[in-house]
Amino acid sequence: MKRLLLGLAALIALFFLGLNAWSGQTPSYGDRIVIGTIGDATSMIPMITSDSASHEMSAYCYNGLIKYDKDLNIVGDLAQSWDISPDGLTITFHLRRGVKFHDGHEYTSRDALFNYQFMVDPKTPTPYGGDYLKVVKAEAPDPYTFRVSYKEPFAPALASWSLSQMPAHLLEGQDPRTSPLGRAPVGTGPYRFGRWLPGARVELNYFADYFEGRPYLDGLIFRVIPDDSTLFLELMSGGIDWMVLSPLKYQRQTDTPFFQKNFRKYKYLSSSYTYVAYNLKDPRFQDVRVRRALAHAIDVEEIIKGVLLGLGQPATGPYKPGTYWHNPNVRRYPFDPAKARQLLAQAGWRDSDGDGWLDKGGERFEFALLTNQGNKNRENSAVIIQHRLAQIGVKVTPRTIEWAAFINDFINKGRFEAVLLAWTMTPDPDLYDVWHSDQIGKLNFTFYKNAELDKLLEQGRQTFDRAKRKQIYDRAQEILAEDQPYTFLYVPDALPVVQSRFHGIEPAPAGISYNFIRWWVPKNLQRPTMER
Amino acid sequence: MALFLLKRLLGMIPLLIGITFLSFVVMHLAPGSPTDLASDLNPKLSQIAQQRLIELYGLDKPIAEQYWTWLKRLAVLDFGQSFAPDGRPVLDKIAERLPVTIGINLLSMLFIIVLAVPIGVYSATHRGSLFDQATTVFVFVGFATPTFWLALLCMILFGVNLGWLPISGVESINHDQLDFWGRLADYARHLAMPVILSAFGGLAGMSRYMRGNMLEVIGQDYITTARAKGLAERVVIYRHALRNALMPLVTILGLSLPGLIGGSVIFESIFAIPGLGKLFYDAVMARDYPLVMGGLVIGAALTLVGNLLADLGYALVDPRVRTEK
Repeated sequence: MKRLLLGLAALIALFFLGLNAWSGQTPSYGDRIVIGTIGDATSMIPMITSDSASHEMSAYCYNGLIKYDKDLNIVGDLAQSWDISPDGLTITFHLRRGVKFHDGHEYTSRDALFNYQFMVDPKTPTPYGGDYLKVVKAEAPDPYTFRVSYKEPFAPALASWSLSQMPAHLLEGQDPRTSPLGRAPVGTGPYRFGRWLPGARVELNYFADYFEGRPYLDGLIFRVIPDDSTLFLELMSGGIDWMVLSPLKYQRQTDTPFFQKNFRKYKYLSSSYTYVAYNLKDPRFQDVRVRRALAHAIDVEEIIKGVLLGLGQPATGPYKPGTYWHNPNVRRYPFDPAKARQLLAQAGWRDSDGDGWLDKGGERFEFALLTNQGNKNRENSAVIIQHRLAQIGVKVTPRTIEWAAFINDFINKGRFEAVLLAWTMTPDPDLYDVWHSDQIGKLNFTFYKNAELDKLLEQGRQTFDRAKRKQIYDRAQEILAEDQPYTFLYVPDALPVVQSRFHGIEPAPAGISYNFIRWWVPKNLQRPTMER
Repeated sequence: MALFLLKRLLGMIPLLIGITFLSFVVMHLAPGSPTDLASDLNPKLSQIAQQRLIELYGLDKPIAEQYWTWLKRLAVLDFGQSFAPDGRPVLDKIAERLPVTIGINLLSMLFIIVLAVPIGVYSATHRGSLFDQATTVFVFVGFATPTFWLALLCMILFGVNLGWLPISGVESINHDQLDFWGRLADYARHLAMPVILSAFGGLAGMSRYMRGNMLEVIGQDYITTARAKGLAERVVIYRHALRNALMPLVTILGLSLPGLIGGSVIFESIFAIPGLGKLFYDAVMARDYPLVMGGLVIGAALTLVGNLLADLGYALVDPRVRTEK
């Protein structure tokens, strides 16, 4: 049996070698990639930051117990395997042996335990403690076993252990806000910290002892360039190798022979959806016919074409189209102004005074559509929506508000009629935080309440069986589609562009960076770098 | 003179306190709080976590108490720690951005003075000449052109098409491996565009200003007298007229001191320069109160010091101011 396996392995290896020989190249070590980013990181301890730059940069330095593979399945990272007890209350992680931190220390269950304690410590200023506070007992019975127990089955628990594993020996007893790790991370990841010039760039160098093997690229450099146009010019002049394009740049400015020769553009659905949410305390929006009418009156295809230049897909619910959890068979609302008028008429909205606007009880149907400042796509979508709703006699006034004020004064206080915003979708399907009536006044800021959905969301959290969970969330999507508490608009495409000397990039549902350590540059294309 | 200086310095203290108090109150009245960005609309946030942050920042205390705590720390020059997750001392954050902002602004100011004074003097003494008319056109163009647009055009031309100059940042990635002269050249190449462009707008105004001053002075009686005495035109213009024409310029230079550290958000963003302007802008957006206050205090102090310096500069150029009082 062993021999058979060995033979099989050799065959597979030969196959891949052959494949490489066929493409004429074998991966080689060397070169560095320069990534352009709009914002600088704030701290390299990702658990206490909420900005995407900090998470993006520190991700190369740390591992979690688990991670998502290219198809968004949960696979082991620092944990080789795990068992879930039959009652779903206990997860036991079996850790990989011989994993080293960048300073040579071995990673053990003591570190895992410490990271749990760190997250639930009241002194840790983290916004992500919620999932870990549900743990009733965490223990490390031996150096390679880490066990957590919950009071009741909690299906999103497993996903929560993608938590970056910090070194206990360096962080224990320290204030995370002043710890040197905040400026110079020490993790188990493929890249170790090089240096940080605040506001300018962050440099990471390869970690030779990385447990999955040394990454091909020698290093990463994040260059902070706050202006989008400058970022693009830097890309064209060779100052950066990797950035994210806007739809306009993707469609109209990168179609030149120069671009086709020097860059590879990628396109895949991003993990967020944009929506219009209604304040369901407002009597007008309490009527489901009104919400359905508005859904019929908004032409989502037109928004995708006009705002995203076609680079996106309509959203029908809170999951990414084409993924396992997405239910394609929910009720849809094709663009149909006549139907919209008819539904509004049924709800009592008519143009009784002939001024072109619908009214009821002497009051005109008009509302403000709020969105946050600084997101052109949302601002433009709001204008298109204003135009379409005007055609059915509903007057919309778009308003943009600066983010902190928007959240504090309008969302948190429930002082809005309708908002245009977006949610990030996590690979785990749990929807509790946004849709359960328990969360009204928190993330369920629209005051949405549906008893059947509440029950489903509770069940969904306690069900580990994937197929059963799928049934639950399929039904949840049907309810949301029927109820239309939000008008779901679109899921935009993510549009990264990478210099073409980088090989080994394979776009997948998880994006392009999941196999970053396997990216490489052929020797003859490598840029000269001076010795460190 | 010493008494004059001391009085002025002492008078600055209540003024500074007044400014900071108003700023503190206004900032806290602004909607939004530092915890919003860290916590709100975050699916993984618990109410407890937000409360934790509020207590950590001391935001649960009355504003007056918060201000008093802040002022006490300021007395020993402690600007406190940033609310950003790195929690670093405000002074460190400012100090790290200060050199580049001051450097660029000083260079561009130097650039402006070195060019504006001769241009102004020449146009004044050769009024109506082709040069004078050309500079008038230049001034209008300088005033009317949005610098960010000009910056982008220059970046495309010199950075992308010709490849002569780097597009953004202040140093190359391999900066550390260069020798001393190499580093100097690297800085120079990076700073060329930002310095020249930021000087461009100022140059237009300043040269026109210098021309006006010069014309005014040339029209004075004592210049006519000097000429009547048979002094060489050179001596009349450069020894007698120029000195007096420079006086208002000294005032302007003094007042531009706070601008030296304020930096420009637009410029720093376009050229990706890690300077103070961007730092303070981001701090305001994140409601990072200690950092915003730090910036305000330094800005206010420099405005006051700038005023003082302008007065002292007057005294240096014009002996009459010195002997008064």
